[in-house]
Amino acid sequence: MDGHDVVSWRRRTHGIDALDSLQPSSDSGEAHVLAVDDSLVDRKVIERLLRISSFRVTAVESGSRALQFLGLDEDKSSGHFDGLNLKVDLIITDYCMPGMTGYDLLKRVKESSALREIPVVIMSSEKVLARIDRCLEEGAEEFIMKPVKLSDVKRLKVYMRRDSGERNESEAENRVNVNPKRKLREEEEDDDDNYDDSDLSASSPSPPACSVSSSPPSASSSCLSSPSVAATAAAAAAASASTADKRWQRMNGGD
Amino acid sequence: MPRFHGQSNHAPVDIVNQLQKQYVDYLTSLFHEGVLDDQFTQLQKLQDESNPDFTVEVATLFFVDSDKLINNMAAALERSPVDFKQVDADVHQLKGSSSSIGAMRVKNLCITFRSFCETQSYEGCLICLQQVKNECAVLKDKLQNLFRMEQQIVGAGGSVPLMD
Repeated sequence: MDGHDVVSWRRRTHGIDALDSLQPSSDSGEAHVLAVDDSLVDRKVIERLLRISSFRVTAVESGSRALQFLGLDEDKSSGHFDGLNLKVDLIITDYCMPGMTGYDLLKRVKESSALREIPVVIMSSEKVLARIDRCLEEGAEEFIMKPVKLSDVKRLKVYMRRDSGERNESEAENRVNVNPKRKLREEEEDDDDNYDDSDLSASSPSPPACSVSSSPPSASSSCLSSPSVAATAAAAAAASASTADKRWQRMNGGD
Repeated sequence: MPRFHGQSNHAPVDIVNQLQKQYVDYLTSLFHEGVLDDQFTQLQKLQDESNPDFTVEVATLFFVDSDKLINNMAAALERSPVDFKQVDADVHQLKGSSSSIGAMRVKNLCITFRSFCETQSYEGCLICLQQVKNECAVLKDKLQNLFRMEQQIVGAGGSVPLMD
């Protein structure tokens, strides 16, 4: 059985107020997404997911490339904007990347007066609650668990600057009212990434308690969490995989 | 891998049906064995007339990537002292890409592999490396079978059933 978490986390304060500060786009047509991921396989997949969802896509392999594309010189801390200004409507970035992590990139974008309005979504294969909290607090719109599915990407339209006129108001209200950090919808899990060594017990297969992990921030150093309970999780995973039926419908309505 | 172009032969309906049934049975067995998980189906859904080879392309990228990562791991484990953090980083990468294509057994092996990296168990890492290598080879073989069966169906004038 696959272990994909259906859930993602969103900022509680995101809502209709955000529309007031949105800039009109100069280009007509589809919204433009900048995808950042160091994995070649993941770049190809996210690119396809985005294109199928009618987004234009630019996929880059690193945070520094992303900043170059956005016109932010990596070395300048002032956030001076001197780039191509190709109107990026959303940034979707992997968290764990060598050099500049997705969190570092998020910070740079949010610190830049020219770029801070661009919504940023973080992807990660590791569910580390402290990491999620940190990203949401820094201004990420959402934290999506990998592997990313079509339904995850289709949902991104709600953050699009370009789509502001088409935004479904009731949908936006739903986003505000959901307390996503405290609500986890999970199917059978075989994924070890649920287990962070500082906040979960090794033997529990049920959804993790929503306690904030006490693991230290890892903005610029290695962002890999310790898989100290991985062996136990792997055994549990093998057991659930062999007995689970294949399921083709996903909790969030499928594609 | 060659793809049929131009006019396809329209074989008798029962032959197409038989090919399709064999394909579904084979793919089902891959799911039941845990070789593939639902993420693979998610990728197949992304294929269409404008991107007819998407799944094959992603699988190809995966094997290029996994070969490279496995070589890196082997090299790192041969060095003295072993840089377990580096091995772990490579295993993490492989875990990510295998997860993205739905290669569940490879992914699960990576999970175990990482725990040995964390405890810095050299023997454990060597065993996991061999298992990962084997599993990637098995996966490659099975996916090649699967893609070949897809070509046969298309070549016979049928369409590839989607598991949904």
